[in-house]
Amino acid sequence: MTARALFAEDMLLGRLVTGIGRSPKAVVAAVVCIILLFAAVIGPYLTPQNPFDLAVLDILDSKLPPGSQSMDGMNYWLGTDGQGRDMFSAMIYGLRTSLGVGVFSGIVALLVGTVLGLIAAYFGGRIDTLIMRVVDLMLGFPTILVALMLLALLGQGLWKVIFALILVQWATFARAVRSAALVEKNKDYVEAAVTLGIGTPRILIGHILPNCLPPLIVIGMLQVANAISAEATLSFLGIGLPITEPSLGLLIANGYQLLMSGEYWISVYPGVLLLVLVFSINIVGDRLREVLNPRLGER
Amino acid sequence: MTVFVIRRFLQSIAVLCVTAVIVFIGIYAIGDPAEMLISPDASPAERAQVVASLGLDKPLWEQFFTFAWNALHGDLGRSFVFNRPSIALIFERLPATLELTLTGLVFALVLGIPLGLVSGLKPNSATDEVIMTGSILGFSLPSFWQGMMLIMIFSVWLGWLPSTGRGQMGEFLGIRSSLFTLDGLTHLILPAINLSLFKLSLVIRLTRTGVRETMPLDFVKFARAKGISERRIVFVHVFKNILIPLITVIGLELGSMLAFAVVTETIFAWPGIGKLLIDSIMRLDRPVVVAYLLVIVSLFIFINFVVDVLYSLVDPRVRLGGAQ
Repeated sequence: MTARALFAEDMLLGRLVTGIGRSPKAVVAAVVCIILLFAAVIGPYLTPQNPFDLAVLDILDSKLPPGSQSMDGMNYWLGTDGQGRDMFSAMIYGLRTSLGVGVFSGIVALLVGTVLGLIAAYFGGRIDTLIMRVVDLMLGFPTILVALMLLALLGQGLWKVIFALILVQWATFARAVRSAALVEKNKDYVEAAVTLGIGTPRILIGHILPNCLPPLIVIGMLQVANAISAEATLSFLGIGLPITEPSLGLLIANGYQLLMSGEYWISVYPGVLLLVLVFSINIVGDRLREVLNPRLGER
Repeated sequence: MTVFVIRRFLQSIAVLCVTAVIVFIGIYAIGDPAEMLISPDASPAERAQVVASLGLDKPLWEQFFTFAWNALHGDLGRSFVFNRPSIALIFERLPATLELTLTGLVFALVLGIPLGLVSGLKPNSATDEVIMTGSILGFSLPSFWQGMMLIMIFSVWLGWLPSTGRGQMGEFLGIRSSLFTLDGLTHLILPAINLSLFKLSLVIRLTRTGVRETMPLDFVKFARAKGISERRIVFVHVFKNILIPLITVIGLELGSMLAFAVVTETIFAWPGIGKLLIDSIMRLDRPVVVAYLLVIVSLFIFINFVVDVLYSLVDPRVRLGGAQ
């Protein structure tokens, strides 16, 4: 398939790109998202110091205001935290953790939800009832409550947080996929595929799934933003990530104690970064929703 | 109607049972209950006594019935830290949380409905664009971050409002609340705003969509043709139709606000159950954590039940759908 065909107006990717392109706000947000994603990926090459390398940290440099210089002439453009870490470096590492946790849990939840949603829609009957009962039960409780319950019982830790985030997200995907797949299931092309003797897994994945993608993409974007925000909240409360995996939420929590004494930069800058990240993902997601399906979720 | 209420009630009981089982599994099967429910500095004799009284030497299913039986009698263990029944601690702090949540809800409605109306009546105008972008900002901002900014601006920089605690409480009709003294009110403002901001975005969006869906309907055209003033059409006729979805969602969101109060209470040191939960997790005071989870889930299931019943009163289609 040539690149031209891929970006054509009637292709999904083409619709996404032109849809975003028509809204200046969404273009800015998308560019910000890409920059942040890029910064997170190449993080270690971007930061002036490794904030976890104790050898390069100097406690005399702690709590320096933005713009100050270290003993060896390095500039701390965003200041330093209580341990003398360069805030900019710590933030880029925090961004890696936050984005990593958000995107990973989002993708796994998407996979789990998609599989269960497809199964529920295609087979119907008892399986459908069972899966949807569980989905309703999950969606009946607010995200933060379920995550709190789990982490209160399990204790903190990176994989526990990821597990909690997957658990609170999969049901949203399952419901969206099921309702999209129910519509597709009764269309002629599926019947044709069945008549041709194509196997069930292949019909589900190769034929029905691609037509369920638009709502999945939108919900995926919004869920990643939610997951990042939820992880930051849990970490801020001290029941999310451990101190060895500092996400943006944890950086903010560390700086929170110093906020009152005027050392604002330690929590405000990571906070601004978190805000920019979640805000731009939400803007892009909101725009995609308008482009792909004006009715979806417009409550 | 009766059938619907009974069926819905049984459903709630079922959900409550499932939650109890999950919490039970969390404590007894995944973790070590002796480790969780016995204070770390208990003597071996005390330990043996608690093990016997909790029946930890019995089979798992028997332990579950002991757990459920005790829970039904309001016995959810004693707090290690306060050495008092944990359920009593929860109910002592519950009024503070309810006060905060309800005030937050009122804020969200008082600000959200007018903004949503303005936005929905002039869709795609500059005002609409500003309000809608603002509402995305509202749910993009993590709650704890909003709270910090409120403290930084209004307490640290401007020094207008206090940032911690509940302040002085007054008594009115036998209810003690911060709402009845000036000092208490100033303490309540920031936390309540913090808690309401997230829901504010939702109320704005709901109202806006409601207005946009209702305005093109025939009855509005008919009302116009009759010569009814635009103001009366919007505030009486259209408004009534927006209220139905709004009431349902608000009822459901009340539960999620109770959960989100954990964040707000932690930031503003508000002495409610949310702060109690986080403090108890930090102090490894697990009986209180377990009691909190069971109480908040019961409360949540109860609210859902009430909302569903109310909704079926307003909209008969719901209970007819449920009967199929």
